[in-house]
Amino acid sequence: MSESAVPFVASTLAVPPPSSGIGWLDEARRENLAAFGEAGLPDTRVEAWKYTALRALSQRSFIHGDAQAATRDIDPEAFALPGLDGPRLVFVNGVFRGDLSDLSALPAGLALRPLSQALAQDAEPLRFALARRYKERGDAFAQLNAAQAVDGVVLRVAADAKIDVPVRLVFVGVAADAELAWHLRNVIELGEGAELTLVEQHVGSGNARQLGTLVADVVLRDGARLQHIVAQDASADATLVHRHALQLGARAQALLHVLELGGALVRHDLQADLVGNGARLDTRGVFVPRGRQHIDTQLAIRHQALNTTSDSTWRGVADGRARGVFRGAILVAPGADGSDARLNNKNLLLSGSAEIDTKPELEIYADEVQAAHGATVGQLDERALFYLRSRGIPLAEARTLLTAAFCRAVLDDLPNATLREHLASLLAIRLPV
Amino acid sequence: MLKIENLHARVEGKEILKGLSLTVNPGEVHAIMGPNGAGKSTLGNVLSGRDGYEVTAGSVTYNGVDLLALEPEARAAAGVFLAFQYPVEIPGVNNTYFLRTAFNAQRKARGETELDSMQFLKLVREKLKVMQISDELMHRAVNEGFSGGEKKRNEIFQMAVLEPKLAILDETDSGLDIDALKQVSEGVNALRSPERSFLVVTHYQRLLDYIVPDFVHVLADGRIVESGDKTLAHKLEEHGYAWLAQHGEPAGAQA
Ligand SMILES: Nc1ncnc2c1ncn2[C@@H]1O[C@H](COP(=O)(O)OP(=O)(O)O)[C@@H](O)[C@H]1O
Ligand SMILES: [Mg+2]
Repeated sequence: MSESAVPFVASTLAVPPPSSGIGWLDEARRENLAAFGEAGLPDTRVEAWKYTALRALSQRSFIHGDAQAATRDIDPEAFALPGLDGPRLVFVNGVFRGDLSDLSALPAGLALRPLSQALAQDAEPLRFALARRYKERGDAFAQLNAAQAVDGVVLRVAADAKIDVPVRLVFVGVAADAELAWHLRNVIELGEGAELTLVEQHVGSGNARQLGTLVADVVLRDGARLQHIVAQDASADATLVHRHALQLGARAQALLHVLELGGALVRHDLQADLVGNGARLDTRGVFVPRGRQHIDTQLAIRHQALNTTSDSTWRGVADGRARGVFRGAILVAPGADGSDARLNNKNLLLSGSAEIDTKPELEIYADEVQAAHGATVGQLDERALFYLRSRGIPLAEARTLLTAAFCRAVLDDLPNATLREHLASLLAIRLPV
Repeated sequence: MLKIENLHARVEGKEILKGLSLTVNPGEVHAIMGPNGAGKSTLGNVLSGRDGYEVTAGSVTYNGVDLLALEPEARAAAGVFLAFQYPVEIPGVNNTYFLRTAFNAQRKARGETELDSMQFLKLVREKLKVMQISDELMHRAVNEGFSGGEKKRNEIFQMAVLEPKLAILDETDSGLDIDALKQVSEGVNALRSPERSFLVVTHYQRLLDYIVPDFVHVLADGRIVESGDKTLAHKLEEHGYAWLAQHGEPAGAQA
């Protein structure tokens, strides 16, 4: 079968890339779409997609964009985080919703607006990010995103500006008459010495059988500090492919907390390049596929400068017939001497039909590197379960207690207490009982 | 209170308990002694409902109900408590939170009102004093990083808070130095009452100098082979378990 006969690819190619009137951008869109059309969706022979089969997805057709997104009725409760006021940008089915967003009273040093507006005003600063051609065989969704995304978020923090309120980016998926596809592109930059807390929420309502792709570039200039939370609780029917590409300059620090809870099929690529001396990246994450969910996290960290540090703690909990995939690849490149790279991924299978594939990879080409790397897959400890029950705690409650304890390490060091509580209770609701 | 009759139990297809009988009345302290591998822990595990122990014959009646038909949590709510020979470490679960959850789960199962965290903390403070446990242990994860002695004391502390009717102490003395042994014994003695019964499982007579039993039984090869008063413990200490083999017929204790 030729690629264009595959329903997913055919329905995607049927829509020409939108014209922006900006030469370099239209060219990049055309070329990325052409590259996608040529290669189509990767199959499991492509290493990066080894454990995530796209066969079922490839047989589905999607309508591009939601014409009614601007008027859909949304209950703001769906993404409310009481006690956390601050600027926010809200997208519904991939479309910016000014009425749900709050861009009033932006703190000094913070520039925040939808990508469409930024492009209309001055596209040039976005050229580096948006003119990119994705060429890897595993990059199909990034190609598609580069070709089709007309909106997203542009966020810049000026040098030395310390933004003391969290900025929220909210992506809402709601049911539509047809299966629709949306694509968003975020470009985020923290200037030298800047500080920011960013909260990214994916929420869904109803049986939103849609495909969303989100590609974010996050650049931290020298000495910048970012706290980044990704709380993915998309609709149970959604397919979500999101990618964060971080770049950390000298002494820059990023602390990421990721909850992957929702969606039917979710793929998260988290790539970080530590390009400046002394950069530090901490990632904490938990993925909880239940029922028939499939959640694939691909963490790739590249140490490329002296004395860089990365520390990653990830937990996976799978129940029912669900499938979790975790790849934790760390590269310490030649010259990144004195670096410290740690990764720990523990997984818990709560049912005999659940599966988690974890693949730690560590490559070291530098000197005086400290590295520790470990991954396990196991079940609830029968001895601990009996211990709890022998004290009077009913079986179901004992299981919940142990499962929650298993995930605890992931949220422990989140500095903002309000945010920590919100995430903990969201996690508690989504953990299998 | 507790009546065990002709109990046979298997682990992984291997028969461990081979016709054990024992009767415990309210307020009594029974010591169970025996060589390693005799089946002492198996008895405690069967009584508290651990998976993997298959009862093939016999019965256990507890306050008139068939104890073996109850889930472990229901046995706990009914007042059965096992102090583990090897207490389990549970990373990520705070000791105080764990104990309050257990305490309230038992109350709920019995139709009693639950305590809120302030009320519970008050109770814990009172019990901590009696047990001489530092409240620093209460802020840690259950048994995680506890020394051997701290684990054993934590078991007795849990017992003090949960106030069971039948407490089974499985080698609570093993691994304790003499000071810790005294403290643990004081904690146990403080809980002795006309309504509360104890099964004190031990390998050594030493513990019984501090927790003075009403009865001593010798468990060997899955059966009670000898029963007597506390002087039996001293005889065992003197002559060793080998002495039993030459010493007459296995006795069906208090059948
Ligand atoms: N979970 C188990 N799996 C296999 N064998 C067991 C298990 N528990 C106990 N046993 C066996 O049962 C016998 C009695 O053990 P146990 O009750 O622990 O003795 P004691 O506590 O008197 O030292 C031993 O031979 C032991 O190996
Ligand atoms: Mg034992």
